[in-house]
Amino acid sequence: MRIAATLRMALRALRRNKLRSTLTALGIIIGVGAVIAMVGIGNGAKSQVEAQIASLGQNVVLIFPGNWSSSGARSGWGGAGNMTVEDAEAIGREVDGVTAVSPEVRNRQQVLANGLNWNTQILGEGTEYLDIRDWPLADGAMFTEQDVRGAGKVCIIGKTIANELFPNEDAVGQTLRIRNFPFKILGLLTSKGLSVMGTDQDDVVIVPYTSLMKRIERRTNISSIIVQSTSPDATDRVQRDIADLLRQRHRLAQGRDDDFTIRGQQEIANAATETTRTMTVLLGAIASVSLIVGGIGIMNIMLVSVTERTREIGIRMAVGAHGRDILLQFLIEAITLSLLGGVMGILLGVGSAKLLSAIKGWPLLVSVSSVALAFLFSAAVGVFFGFYPARKASRLDPIDALRYE
Amino acid sequence: MAAVIKLEDVHKTYHTGEVDVLAVRGVTLEIAQGEFVAIMGASGSGKSTMMNIIGCLDRPTQGRYFLDGVDVSHLDRDELAAIRNKKLGFVFQGFNLLSRTSALENVELPMLYTHDHISSARQRELAVHALHIVGLADRADHHPNQLSGGQQQRVAIARALVNNPAVLLADEPTGNLDTRTSAEIMGVFQKLNNEGITIVMVTHELDIASYTKRNVIMRDGIVVNDTLVENRSVAEVELRKLQQAQQAVKLST
Repeated sequence: MRIAATLRMALRALRRNKLRSTLTALGIIIGVGAVIAMVGIGNGAKSQVEAQIASLGQNVVLIFPGNWSSSGARSGWGGAGNMTVEDAEAIGREVDGVTAVSPEVRNRQQVLANGLNWNTQILGEGTEYLDIRDWPLADGAMFTEQDVRGAGKVCIIGKTIANELFPNEDAVGQTLRIRNFPFKILGLLTSKGLSVMGTDQDDVVIVPYTSLMKRIERRTNISSIIVQSTSPDATDRVQRDIADLLRQRHRLAQGRDDDFTIRGQQEIANAATETTRTMTVLLGAIASVSLIVGGIGIMNIMLVSVTERTREIGIRMAVGAHGRDILLQFLIEAITLSLLGGVMGILLGVGSAKLLSAIKGWPLLVSVSSVALAFLFSAAVGVFFGFYPARKASRLDPIDALRYE
Repeated sequence: MAAVIKLEDVHKTYHTGEVDVLAVRGVTLEIAQGEFVAIMGASGSGKSTMMNIIGCLDRPTQGRYFLDGVDVSHLDRDELAAIRNKKLGFVFQGFNLLSRTSALENVELPMLYTHDHISSARQRELAVHALHIVGLADRADHHPNQLSGGQQQRVAIARALVNNPAVLLADEPTGNLDTRTSAEIMGVFQKLNNEGITIVMVTHELDIASYTKRNVIMRDGIVVNDTLVENRSVAEVELRKLQQAQQAVKLST
């Protein structure tokens, strides 16, 4: 029998029981809708995290001092304190595929200006830092190489500092005090928002690393080195080359552990996205349960339908329908039901995900692939749950079926 | 004349529970092209089983059955379905039309399952023609519940005819109909038979059997009597008689 005729028959049979068909399809509608909405929201959350990670900069490699141990006592991570400005300079000089390097020194200090004060993160950086972090200035200019060499008392500040210390005036050109040293504000950074960890990245004062080391902290080692490689593909090799170089510079013998740690941006990103991916999978899994429940609804109704229409099946068989004709008829009915539910579920899912993201301000990502997947999955549900009733129908004995009251 | 139906020592045993039911116990029967046969018998005589076997809905447990020269006693389900579609037309007691489906579409039904592709235009044409034969061409768009019992049975006959079968099988075709409508339906069968169509009918009503040409009487699974009908009823005559009787009742009141 031809598919077109069977499809017509299936649609007619479904139209005859409009309410029943609608209610049956509702199970699939809700299931598919839930899957799409949940996966959409999950993907949205993931993209948000990815955007935060991208705010770290492009192809960034971070190098921290490793742990150090002495007579059995082990310092924590970063405790070795054996990383120097020369290490950073050597990396910039000797490793291929490095576009920018900045030594980093971190410190928390109370900053004062305007009769106001604020405890904030002080970052000592090189001139290339803003390029590495892909962090443009909103106003003013970055300090220069000369400022770095001269341990100049200059700084650039984040949005939060400007708001807290200079609420009603232009911060650029003003002076703030860090430990009684006056620092001239050269520039104001654009807002970068929260970091992956949830800290305010704009709550920062950036000074030349030399200024922080010599004037404020009086230290000779640095906290870390931030490096940018030319491309994501080069990052792995750059990390290996940096490790080789640092081992050589720190005179580590073969077989001894590194006294530093290198983190690529990808590793950080992986750790952060792993969480949101788990959440997406979990939400999707819960939503899939409702899709399966919807499928059971279809199976239930198809079984009822087969019983109700036993006589019809008998008639069809008596006039020459093969078992597979009957099978196909009921299977197509089940698939039609689930596909109709699938299409409406896609509309519902996209709609509700849009609504939710509009209300809650979450980013929304309904991908074509998740829609296609939901559609195929609903078809598969139709086939899977429609097959048993359809096979039952196709195996009826025509004599018994004709006699069925 | 060539035998359209040829049964050779056909047995049918049902295995239900512990006791084997011998529904048909050795029937040998030949029905030639153009015959009009009534298979009669009380309930339990095996006539329904015979009908199922002749109708290729069931297979004999023993013996052979040739339909239109082909041995169909050992065909599988699908092959039997194809035979039913091509060579047999069924008319049932309960009409067995698809509800909420127009008369025309009911008649088109067997063609949906025909192996050779028939265009929808051609299907429609054939269905309209079949409805025309049974005198219902003007009711093609009606659904079964908009038709009287007699009209529904005519639709069923049209459906049985549409694939141009070798044999028309009728299982108590007048069982649900009143006397007058029964006579009308038998008139349709007689007309079709006069045009050369072979008809086999199961009935337990003698007056219905008297419209046929040959009566085969079964009892306990075997044929006990096989006679040609004398004083055959003619539908038109019977209808006229009924009309006169009705008129007489009206006049007397």
